[in-house]
Amino acid sequence: MEELNGFLLEHATGDLLSWADQNAAAERFGVPLARIEETALSAGLLPARYQRNRQAISVTQQLTLFRSRVAVIGCGGLGGYVIEQLARLGVGTIIAIDPDVFEEHNLNRQLLSTTGTLGRAKVEAAAARVTEINPAVTLIPVRDCYSPENGTELLRDAQVVVDALDSIPTRLALAETCAELGIPLVHGAIGGWYGQVTTQFPGDNTIQKLYSQWVEGKGVEQQLGNPSFTPAVIASIETAEVCKILLGEGETLRNRKLSINLLDMQFEEVIFKP
Amino acid sequence: MKITVKLFATFRVGRFAAATRQYPPGTLIAEVIRALQIPEAQIGMIMLNNRHAEPDQQLNDGDNLSLFPLVGGG
Repeated sequence: MEELNGFLLEHATGDLLSWADQNAAAERFGVPLARIEETALSAGLLPARYQRNRQAISVTQQLTLFRSRVAVIGCGGLGGYVIEQLARLGVGTIIAIDPDVFEEHNLNRQLLSTTGTLGRAKVEAAAARVTEINPAVTLIPVRDCYSPENGTELLRDAQVVVDALDSIPTRLALAETCAELGIPLVHGAIGGWYGQVTTQFPGDNTIQKLYSQWVEGKGVEQQLGNPSFTPAVIASIETAEVCKILLGEGETLRNRKLSINLLDMQFEEVIFKP
Repeated sequence: MKITVKLFATFRVGRFAAATRQYPPGTLIAEVIRALQIPEAQIGMIMLNNRHAEPDQQLNDGDNLSLFPLVGGG
């Protein structure tokens, strides 16, 4: 360990450690890249891939992100972008949950779908993508539906859960599981030109209020579908919320819903008085 | 009595974004929704003066009512 530390310090330029040197260290000491990244960050060294995070995210905060575990429920429109951004952000462990394979109608918006991944499990495509971006990040693929039955087991160790689901009743069930486990939940939903984001902490019931009139079926997405840009916008806001929760920085959308209308380009904040 | 109604997303199509209108005293939220010909099943959330509200609530002069459709895609 000390030897590894010495190697990393010796090869750093200033406090930056290049990807080539991370690989060289992994090979020389026979340890996974995840261990190299954690050792470097613990020693105050920043893997060079994160140098443009600087000012926004310090080396210490980068270590916090690396030691974090985030569950993403759904790997479609929202989930694909969220996973991509969490991996680039440097969140160390991502649990990706989705039962589906990519189909042709996903290609208009789902980041991880390509002609090459048609027929492939979404969570497997997510794992492959994350390895391409950063092999130091661990993606745990769970090819299954989230349900109240498996939820406790799947989400227990997560610090934050991201709602990237496409079903209202499943969302409501997920909110219950997160409340029971005491885990913050970042909610996002889209339909056509429209989307919404809110962040729910244990004890809050914003999501339950959002869907309090729901009886059955889907929302406006049923008629409007989802174009390419709406999931990207909503997923990015969700990821920013995750980042703030993990770092304990800034103001989240707790007790607030951001309603986004990309057709009229209006962002409306709705306050939920607790 | 005067009620300001704000409509979100698809509810605006063929209607309006925001309008202040006269309603008889004692009007319920559900009656406003019906008058706007919005099917009840499409309603996601109702806000009255920035608070979450139910369709059977009665409105008062000067109230601000916001109606949001269900958005549930991912």
